[in-house]
Amino acid sequence: MAIPALKAAGPSSPTHPLEPLPDLPARRVAAARTKASWTWAGRSLWAWPFPLAVLALWQLSAIWGWVPEQVLPPPAAVFKVFGELLASGELWDHLRISMVRVFAGFGIGLSLGLLLGGAMGLSPTFRDYVFPLFKAFSQVPVIGWLPLLILVVGIDEALKFLLIAKAALVPVAINTCQGIQNVPNRLVEVARVYGFTRWQMLRKVVFPAATAPIWNGVRYGLTHAWLALVVVELLASSEGIGFLIVYGRQLFQLDVVLAAVLAVGIVGFVIDKLLAVSEAWLLRWRKPGL
Amino acid sequence: MSSVNVQRNVFHKVPPRLRGWVLPVLILAVWWAVVASGASDSPLLVSPLAVWQRGVGQVVSGELWVALSASLWRMAWGFGIGSSIGLAVGALLGWSRWAERLAGPTFHTLKQISLFAWIPMLSMWFGLGDAAKIAFVAMAAFFPVVLNTLEGLRSVPREYLEVARVYEFSVWQTLRRVVAPAAAPSLFTGIQLSLIYSWLATLGAEYLLASGKGIGNTLIDGREHFWMDLVLFGVVVVGLVGFALNALLAALEKRLLAWRDSTIARY
Repeated sequence: MAIPALKAAGPSSPTHPLEPLPDLPARRVAAARTKASWTWAGRSLWAWPFPLAVLALWQLSAIWGWVPEQVLPPPAAVFKVFGELLASGELWDHLRISMVRVFAGFGIGLSLGLLLGGAMGLSPTFRDYVFPLFKAFSQVPVIGWLPLLILVVGIDEALKFLLIAKAALVPVAINTCQGIQNVPNRLVEVARVYGFTRWQMLRKVVFPAATAPIWNGVRYGLTHAWLALVVVELLASSEGIGFLIVYGRQLFQLDVVLAAVLAVGIVGFVIDKLLAVSEAWLLRWRKPGL
Repeated sequence: MSSVNVQRNVFHKVPPRLRGWVLPVLILAVWWAVVASGASDSPLLVSPLAVWQRGVGQVVSGELWVALSASLWRMAWGFGIGSSIGLAVGALLGWSRWAERLAGPTFHTLKQISLFAWIPMLSMWFGLGDAAKIAFVAMAAFFPVVLNTLEGLRSVPREYLEVARVYEFSVWQTLRRVVAPAAAPSLFTGIQLSLIYSWLATLGAEYLLASGKGIGNTLIDGREHFWMDLVLFGVVVVGLVGFALNALLAALEKRLLAWRDSTIARY
């Protein structure tokens, strides 16, 4: 969504005003895991009593009739519907459609963001011309562009691709630009001493040094893309996981709504974990240096 | 090669301060020219002048203020409720290791759920009126505050706390003199994120729970009636509000956290 002030996002500077919630505590948990696996075992055991107690209370409140099922269906009913939707393949169909949208939109946003951010990072002249307009553009959140885009392109797939692309483009472009600008001068100087060509300089010095911030942008971009997908499917769609939520709501079937919300959460969780793992893999060469 | 040089010269001729204006002016000129040439009679192609007039009309008739004040009022309530609860929860999780162990993982799992997915549930529980919208804005404001409060409390150096213990500070003194200043930057980040999220959530709530007045409703109205000029004007207003919120927070941060720079400068 909108990135009002333009700073590189990332664990070192979580002040990026519209980044998704910084994930530092979780990272610390991850660091603790590598230190001692028994701590991890202990921690993961402690993670269970609280949610299980909440679930039990929720289920009991339904059994004892404190809350009518139409207002809050018990967890057992939600899991049952979730299982049924899985078994019938309905959930998979909606998820598949949503995933195609996310990855198509994200792909467009990512490539444009890398190009734009790269150009702004490498050429100060280009940045002078483009950056102010880009900043104004990113100031309006995805959700602000939605009515405008519906008027222009209708409510078909193009709308979803464009909005998701916008959501991904902004963090990718900003982080790429910042990442390239922040490449330490000493690295560039050494490369110059060795008489690197322009291409060698980019390939061997600038891109490796900027990988971490760029990857951060990619990570936020994908998270934003998923957020934008849910919004656009809630508002203008006849299929997809967001539509399933609206559909359940229209039929007053809150168990369907909650099952779909559960699916949204699981996908968000998986995306986040996949990105964390790939980040560790991508930056594995940095470890010995640290 | 020579053509590249010529190009470079053209681009370099414009003074750096003015370069940012070149593209917007160019776009505006092309837009104007296309409308004036009458190449397209699509009702969507409104002239920049029409957008300006619509804006003036909205300001003069007071419609803008009605919508804007309704939106900002919702945002303020939601932000107030969400960030205070968030501060309390974040403080609890940050203060007590047991609370963090028990509830932390659940919290980190819940935050993965796309915020807007909650709106249909909220509309079941709170209806379509202001209660549901404020509840949603509060949810949006809640998560960043919790995360950053937690992070801020975690980042208080252990040595500071030990010094405070040596000086036999009371709990209140420790909080006031050690924990709060050390955690302030992170807390502020949380508040900042949460305010921006609140603004997004206000718009989203006004779209999805379309009832009453608000900037979101103005945009939806414009879309339904094919008033492109109103939609464009609404987009500008949304951007300006976001910009104003950021500027306000940046100024506040500068004032409140001014001591940070001065300490660094003294070393």
